[in-house]
Amino acid sequence: MLSRVAESIYWMCRQVERAENVARYISVNLNLSLDMPGESVQQWNPLVITTGDDALFKKLYDEPSRENVIRFLTFDRKNPNSIFSCLWHARENARSVREIISSEMWEHINRFYLMLKESTLSSAMNDASDFHDAIRLSGQQFMGVTDATMTHGEAWHFCRLGRSLERADKTSRILDVKYFILLPSPEDVGSPYDDIQWSALLRSASALEMYRQRFGRITPAHVVEFLILDREFPRDVLYCLTNANQSLHMISGCDLGSFGNTPEQLLGQLQSEMAFTRPKSIIDGGLHEFVDHLQDRLNDIGAGIHNTFFALRPIEEKAEEELVV
Amino acid sequence: MENPRPRIEATHYRFESFLDDIYNDQKILKDKAIPEHVIMSAKSYRPECEGLQPPKGIWCHITGTDLVRSDDGQMYVLEDNLRCPSGVSYVLQNRQLMKQTFPQLFDRVKVKPVDEYSGYLLDSLEYLLEDRSHDPTVAVLTPGMYNSAYFEQSFLAQQMGVPLVEGRDLVVHDSFVYMRTTKGFEKVDVLYRRIDDDFLDPKTFRKDSMLGVPGLMDVYRKGNIALANAPGTGIADDKVVYAYVPQIIKYYLGEDPIIPNVPTYVCWDESQMNHVIENIGDLVVKPANESGGYGMLIGPHSSKEEQNEFRQLIKANPRNYIAQPTLKLSRVPVIIDDHLEGRHVDLRPFIVYGRDISLPARWLDACRDAKRVSRRQFLARGRL
Repeated sequence: MLSRVAESIYWMCRQVERAENVARYISVNLNLSLDMPGESVQQWNPLVITTGDDALFKKLYDEPSRENVIRFLTFDRKNPNSIFSCLWHARENARSVREIISSEMWEHINRFYLMLKESTLSSAMNDASDFHDAIRLSGQQFMGVTDATMTHGEAWHFCRLGRSLERADKTSRILDVKYFILLPSPEDVGSPYDDIQWSALLRSASALEMYRQRFGRITPAHVVEFLILDREFPRDVLYCLTNANQSLHMISGCDLGSFGNTPEQLLGQLQSEMAFTRPKSIIDGGLHEFVDHLQDRLNDIGAGIHNTFFALRPIEEKAEEELVV
Repeated sequence: MENPRPRIEATHYRFESFLDDIYNDQKILKDKAIPEHVIMSAKSYRPECEGLQPPKGIWCHITGTDLVRSDDGQMYVLEDNLRCPSGVSYVLQNRQLMKQTFPQLFDRVKVKPVDEYSGYLLDSLEYLLEDRSHDPTVAVLTPGMYNSAYFEQSFLAQQMGVPLVEGRDLVVHDSFVYMRTTKGFEKVDVLYRRIDDDFLDPKTFRKDSMLGVPGLMDVYRKGNIALANAPGTGIADDKVVYAYVPQIIKYYLGEDPIIPNVPTYVCWDESQMNHVIENIGDLVVKPANESGGYGMLIGPHSSKEEQNEFRQLIKANPRNYIAQPTLKLSRVPVIIDDHLEGRHVDLRPFIVYGRDISLPARWLDACRDAKRVSRRQFLARGRL
């Protein structure tokens, strides 16, 4: 498969997943603010910090009001990670590989983009819940259409690779939202307020019901276990890393227990570490620190994928025997 | 209407002979069958292609010749398109739509199928290097998704099941062309290129081309890659050269054309230019080297200012202009918003030349109907 095509497919899926997750961030915050008692102020700044784009936000806006944050995260074309920007990029990528993807995929992504293009800030503000639900649903539908209409060959594995890495990153960031949200007072740790926050967070990862089935009562350690170390929940970090690792090996043809290139090595190491970790050690070491570190490692894996599969190196750098004739 | 098939075949053979001659022995010029300066002054003449021997001796693998019918019932050749004629995807896609919309019509009228086009195209492309490569790798070379014909390029690649590549996907190494894949570099044997000659290879043609592949022409000259169509074929699209097609047919085939040209005034000839300048209001003026209707003046529909502007343009560069009488082209009913209107049509049969020339003839009739449909779509959108 052409490197350029693989790159477009990988990013197309990452960007749809990213758009969906930004909608999830916003809905977790909306959930939280509705559940908090009246006197507590709405907190929108933590959301911007979590996305990692706070420097850009400060440059473009005065204060992190609800309106500003939703505008920034949803519609702002100057923010490369806004839902609009993600979908614009995803659609451009899809357009450049239309001969590879199924027509259903193209039609869906096109409709998805047009839906967002035609919506307004006031609809996102006034019917925030419906609006972000629609984005989440469209994102999920895209994945369904992809899995159901595309041959599960190399191109599909690049799809799943991009989607899984993006989702691992974003699930960990959803956990991080909690880190920055302030409780009304320090004594509230472990109080009903705390419970409310954790369950809002699970809900935004579509995880509340599945969590209840698994653990019932909400405790921080179990939430961490469910969103980071679970092997069966599809938005869980370890689950995503396992899928990504499988796809990488399907692409290279390398045995799953070993590695043939840098991203396989890095991802294999990360996956094994997570597979042999207890939730307690994550919490003791600091959840925020853990998430930070995880994101760095995911970035390294992303860079490795770029260098191994997409980067257009001049042919002189390649050994002659590498040429497939 | 008479069957244009023999003329289509004849057209094709004389273009093959003409191109081969023009870039090699130039006998037609030495014998003064057509004026040498007409060829040498054409923008689309490529000195870089002199001495070229394309694989299997084929220059034009895909040709789109535009035919029109006037109110006297006579068919004319309106123009030749030998560079990268586009539009065939509309034929194929429109057929899908027509089948969905008017299934009962297909029962009654017995329309011939057109779906085999992509199969013919792939056969003719693979044929070019079949004796050098067991399983030739074919790819469609696109200028990228912002090109107006991108849909067609992507569609044809998808229909043929071959990669759609951009210049930046390709690299020349050791006299072969490779594409960059996730598994390393893979050799390419045949390129159906949809990039103009100008941008094909910055080492041979335009130096500032970002779309092309540096060194591609060297590989081509060595016979290690086939390009369809061959570079240099644009010379036959030149509208001044068009005026000499009857002489060209006579020279190579010893026959008169079966379907005549539209009468054409060439402005490099002073007396013809004067006629054009005086009668500009009754004529259609076309630049020699454009396509898609750019830079034209339709006399009867033009203002005095526009006519004067074109008089100046012609005087400044007479070689670049031709003029033709306005024909009353045949019309078909077209849906415009909520009602029908009559709009002019022309017919573009696509001729695919590979292992044999009978291919185009086989599906010419079907194509004639389909092309009309596609024209209707164009017209409905006000493109013409």
